[in-house]
Amino acid sequence: MFLRAKRLGALALGPVLMLVGLLCAGTAAAASKVNEVNMSPGATSVGQSIFDLHMTIFWICVIIGVLVFGVMFYSIYYHRKSRGVTPATFHESTKVEIAWTVVPFFILVAMAVPATSTLLEIYDFEDAEMDVLITGYQWKWKYEYLNETGDNVQFFSNLRTPQGEIYNTEEKGEHYLLEVDEPLVIPVDTKVRFLVTANDVIHAWWVPELAVKKDAIPGFINETWTHATEEGVYRGQCAELCGKDHGFMPIVVNVVSKEEYATWIGEKQAEAAEIKKLMAQSFTLDELMERGKGVYDRSCAACHGAGGEGGLGKPIAGSPIATGDLSGHLEVGINGVPGTAMQAFGGQLNDVDMAAVITYQRNAFGNNMGDMVQPIDVFNHKKG
Amino acid sequence: MGDHHHGPAKGLSRWLFTTNHKDIGTMYLWFSFAMFILGGSFAMIIRAELFQPGMQLVDPLFFNQMTTLHGLVMVFGAIMPSFVGLANWMIPMMIGAPDMALPRMNNWSFWILPPAFLLLASTLFMEGGAPQAGWTFYAPLSTTYAPPSVTIFIFCIHVLGISSIMGSINIIATVMNLRAPGMTYMKMPLFVWTWLITAFLLVAVMPVLAGAVTMMLMDVHFGTSFFSAAGGGDPVLFQHVFWFFGHPEVYIIILPAFGVVSQIIPAFSRKPLFGYDSMVYATASIAFLSFIVWAHHMYTVGMPIAGELFFMYATMLIAVPTGVKVFNWISTMWRGALTFETPMLFSLGFLVLFTIGGFTGLMLSIAPADFQYHDSYFVVAHFHYVMVAGAVFSMTAAVYYWLPKWCGRMYNETMGKTHFWISFIGFNLTFFPQHFVGLAGMPRRIPDYALQFTDFNMMSSIGAFIYGSSQILFLYNVIATIVAGKPTSDEKVWDGAEGLEWTVPTPAPYHTFETPPKIDPVHAHS
Amino acid sequence: MTTETSTTEYEKYYVPEKSKLAVFATIGLILSIFGASHGLNEMTFGDGEGSWTILWVGLLFFAGTLFSWFRITIRENIAGMNSAQLKKSYVLGMFWFIFSEVMFFFAFFGTLFYVRTLVGPWLSGEGEAGRMNSLLWEGFQYSWPMATTPQEAVGGAGSQLIANNGEFHSYHKSMAFSEASAWYAWLPLWNTIILLSSSVTVHIAHLGLLDGNKKKFNIWLGLTVLLGITFVGLQALEYYEAYGHYGLTLNSGIYGSTFFMLTGFHGFHVMMGMTMLLIQWIRSVKYGHFTADDHFGFEASSWYWHFVDVVWVFLFLFVYIL
Ligand code: HEA
Ligand code: HEA
Ligand code: HEC
Ligand code: CUA
Ligand SMILES: [Cu+2]
Repeated sequence: MFLRAKRLGALALGPVLMLVGLLCAGTAAAASKVNEVNMSPGATSVGQSIFDLHMTIFWICVIIGVLVFGVMFYSIYYHRKSRGVTPATFHESTKVEIAWTVVPFFILVAMAVPATSTLLEIYDFEDAEMDVLITGYQWKWKYEYLNETGDNVQFFSNLRTPQGEIYNTEEKGEHYLLEVDEPLVIPVDTKVRFLVTANDVIHAWWVPELAVKKDAIPGFINETWTHATEEGVYRGQCAELCGKDHGFMPIVVNVVSKEEYATWIGEKQAEAAEIKKLMAQSFTLDELMERGKGVYDRSCAACHGAGGEGGLGKPIAGSPIATGDLSGHLEVGINGVPGTAMQAFGGQLNDVDMAAVITYQRNAFGNNMGDMVQPIDVFNHKKG
Repeated sequence: MGDHHHGPAKGLSRWLFTTNHKDIGTMYLWFSFAMFILGGSFAMIIRAELFQPGMQLVDPLFFNQMTTLHGLVMVFGAIMPSFVGLANWMIPMMIGAPDMALPRMNNWSFWILPPAFLLLASTLFMEGGAPQAGWTFYAPLSTTYAPPSVTIFIFCIHVLGISSIMGSINIIATVMNLRAPGMTYMKMPLFVWTWLITAFLLVAVMPVLAGAVTMMLMDVHFGTSFFSAAGGGDPVLFQHVFWFFGHPEVYIIILPAFGVVSQIIPAFSRKPLFGYDSMVYATASIAFLSFIVWAHHMYTVGMPIAGELFFMYATMLIAVPTGVKVFNWISTMWRGALTFETPMLFSLGFLVLFTIGGFTGLMLSIAPADFQYHDSYFVVAHFHYVMVAGAVFSMTAAVYYWLPKWCGRMYNETMGKTHFWISFIGFNLTFFPQHFVGLAGMPRRIPDYALQFTDFNMMSSIGAFIYGSSQILFLYNVIATIVAGKPTSDEKVWDGAEGLEWTVPTPAPYHTFETPPKIDPVHAHS
Repeated sequence: MTTETSTTEYEKYYVPEKSKLAVFATIGLILSIFGASHGLNEMTFGDGEGSWTILWVGLLFFAGTLFSWFRITIRENIAGMNSAQLKKSYVLGMFWFIFSEVMFFFAFFGTLFYVRTLVGPWLSGEGEAGRMNSLLWEGFQYSWPMATTPQEAVGGAGSQLIANNGEFHSYHKSMAFSEASAWYAWLPLWNTIILLSSSVTVHIAHLGLLDGNKKKFNIWLGLTVLLGITFVGLQALEYYEAYGHYGLTLNSGIYGSTFFMLTGFHGFHVMMGMTMLLIQWIRSVKYGHFTADDHFGFEASSWYWHFVDVVWVFLFLFVYIL
């Protein structure tokens, strides 16, 4: 009998320990990032509101939990048969039953009030100072800065973590899986509206510390926004299952000072102008191969393998397309293969990169075709 | 023809051709346990891959297949059939019926399940792999972007739906039509009540799921555009239809579990269930509310704010009737004479952990906060608290509670208690840390994660192996009991147990209540 | 002691000892879905071999099993094994089965409602949830029945901003009344009249049966079946016109999708109901089954028929008129 009582003690201990754990979780919110146990209020006022709401509800639940489990453990301890009690026979009481229906209801109403106001805050899309169109692709993000003059800056943002780190042949870096080749850059203290959509399947754009999560639905544009009050690098991930590399489509947002942002966007615009110029240019085979390798590793290797050996996509090494007719190869690269994972890259790569990567595929991996594609060829192919 | 006093037939034909509710219940129970092991093995693969960062065991595509099949097999193969099995065994015995109302159909409901799951599992070996879009299979990932196995998957869902609908019709007809004279509705054991309401839910929502997968089939093979904006459809439409089924589905999973616990707690408190009437009304309210809250799974899809608010308020309301249940269970224990045999331990485990899962559910229901929780491990933690510590614990409790009645032998109590404690610790070790990583920003359904989540994931994986291994003990205990347990012929088995099932001999004979029993009008209900 | 009568009734509740039916029905069902899924995969993805045969074998097997299942049940009834209580189980079973069918259609009507009142406007850039969508579907104007698909509005699959997942062409003539050449050439109207009157005829048949007038029963039930056949015939004609002359197909965007889904499943249910009634008619005419107080087979079929009829009324309203 004593043994049994001890076990009961253990039964009581479990949840209590867990609650204590959570309590600490609440108070240690600002501690180190590793082994973080709670939500972060992040760098926005919406984030702070959500965090406060989260903590409020959490504490209400803890209090209810302590009361309910308290009564239960009291009963478990004092109303054991081994203590020789004779069971009571009561089995209803309209009064208490009404009480514990009505009281929780009012607790819920009390929760609903701040919840509603926070929700209204989140849904206030007006007065944004700038718009960024975010498009989810399998498995990368495209960012487009919508500019009144129509001169949009746009680029793709891919996972930067090398395959070697993922497959455990290299030491994993600090920002393993949460690093990209080109982050989204936005100015601090600015209300930035995000227009979120997707090209293929549903994705979700989530950056916890900016308190933004919105589904990217192909064919529809969702609105959301952030107003970061602190400069810094904020990291997130795609939050809706979107196929094979769902776990490998991170988001990095650089919040920078307004001046820095102006410089950056200026550079980006210059770069875009540069590409435009390059498009009119011709390249040597070596130049194309070098550029092409970069493009291939970034955009194609995930499916076709780093060595062209194939994977989710067909092998490029010795591929009948890549060693066949030039225009057929361009066609696949630009317009994709409908109904397969092979997307149309024509809209994703500029003409220079497209020319380079096609050239690369035709000459790398032992394909050695010896021919090459110039940006103008891509342009002409697109024109039809 | 009228001679009903045969025992069971011999050999395989007993099981293939049976119309006996106890045989069919037994088959359901064993089948669901097999599926629990299958789904559990998938979970073990998931947890093994997530033991540390980096890809070790499986490739990402296969990981997605594991997640998907784990969810599907556990929900449709393990939990639902297990409670149907329990219903088959217990409902006729609890209401004094000779059998289920439609015995041949009953057998059919069972037998289409195993081949359907076999077919589903076989897609693992198909080109392109098994379904990989999650157990919620959102379009267009599950349609335009799906491997060919999606077609088989769709038809399997149809078959599971047919099985559930037939099973539910049977239960409804049995409860409404075969109660012994004097067994009025408000005298039925609560398990029967919860199942009756669950059956209504099933008949109402399984056809909607069938509609959803049928639309998928059309989009995949016949060029329709239900889920494609280019043709005027909407991928989100799929989510609405799915969750119109999916949310009631989670209460389909939990209501029978509530029923079980409502039988066991009074038995080991030696005191009648507190608030029987309010238990019935609470169950009905939960069922009703479950139809108008579905979009709380979709707070981030971009609904208009009015929708967002409506679904938030409606969802929060569910805490009220559920709270009533929790309070009633605790009041049942209050001033009882408690003992803590294995069924009671699992029921108490249920009570505590389900309530915690309910609290996190309430947190999720707060729309603005869900913008941070959604699709993170916080959600995974929530639903394993309600489904594993809720449904599975309660099912385990049920097996320990009624096993002696079923086979006339007593299980080994020490082993049972050991099973409980290992389960309890293993379970919490697995799923409690998932709250942390979820809040800290780890998305669900990913095969690899950032380094700051490592320690908690390791804990979680270790816990999963512990919890998983404890099931071996359970299996052993059950088999050992059936084969060589200590025989008992005590009709009541548990001194506090109440109800008709405890008035028949132990082990329960092949046919019970061929003539209806007399219901004592004074004794309200168990 | 409770009342004598009810106790004796319980004693008669018939529990069949053993039955092979379930196993056979399972084989039929599983063969069918196996064949169907592999056949469809072969059609769409080009893999899987000669599976349509398996589907037909499965369906035949299934139909055969159902046939003997019902035959056995009928024989048991004739042999007097079915107590009033068992019959009540059948009634309950049929009722809840029909309820599940109602929910199946509810999913499709819900879909229609959602795409018509919400998605359409959103795609054209209206409403809170759609105000930015004109970025994607510039120039798309929404109307119902949808005159052009969003895809066509932006200039075809090649010009849309989302990945190409099929081509959706709009029809050139819809099924709406406004596009019919004259009211008497508008098939849906005739179909409605036919189906509504068939509900009346089946009711008259029932009245006849209750009066013990078997001749009246046979005639009116036969008439009901004929009306059902006419309905299906006209529906086939309508599909033929849709595909052949109206350019309205499964690929006609969401209008075509919902139109064929709703009318198609309804038509399928009409055929089922018709078969059920036909079987009852044969039972009555050939075997002299059914008496004024024992005719559950007929009653169940007629409920089903009324259900199919009610679904049509909603269909007529929401698919053709509104
Ligand atoms: C058995 C299954 C089960 C049960 C019972 C529940 C119960 C509840 N669930 Fe859960 N849920 C799931 C299974 C279940 N859920 C699953 C499987 C998913 C994920 C699906 C997927 O995406 O894969 C999910 C996801 C899920 C979400 C979506 C999260 C997201 O994806 O972003 C939400 C949001 O509202 C939610 C809410 C709730 C609520 C409010 C309850 C309530 O019923 C809980 C009520 C109980 C209590 C509140 C505790 C007891 C009450 C008291 C002691 C009274 C006093 C209390 C107060 C006044 C606070 N659930
Ligand atoms: C009732 C349903 C149910 C049950 C019982 C479980 C049980 C378990 N689940 Fe659950 N799970 C779901 C329903 C369920 N799950 C659903 C619906 C999802 C969402 C899927 C989706 O995202 O689409 C999910 C997702 C899910 C995930 C998230 C995957 C992801 O997002 O990528 C994880 C990860 O830890 C997980 C783990 C577990 C574990 C460890 C168990 C354990 O409790 C299992 C224990 C059982 C066994 C282990 C088997 C029996 C024992 C043996 C065979 C002995 C041998 C054992 C060993 C050698 C150790 N599950
Ligand atoms: C998301 C996965 C994915 C990515 C990324 C991808 N491909 Fe592909 N690719 C495929 C698939 C799948 C096929 C096979 C299509 C088929 O079934 O015909 C394919 C086929 C091809 C082929 C034809 C090979 C053959 O022999 O049939 C070429 C050429 C090709 N891709 C080029 C590219 C280029 C260039 C890039 C990058 C700019 C790229 N792919 C990126 C998935 C991808
Ligand atoms: Cu993109 Cu997940
Ligand atoms: Cu839900």
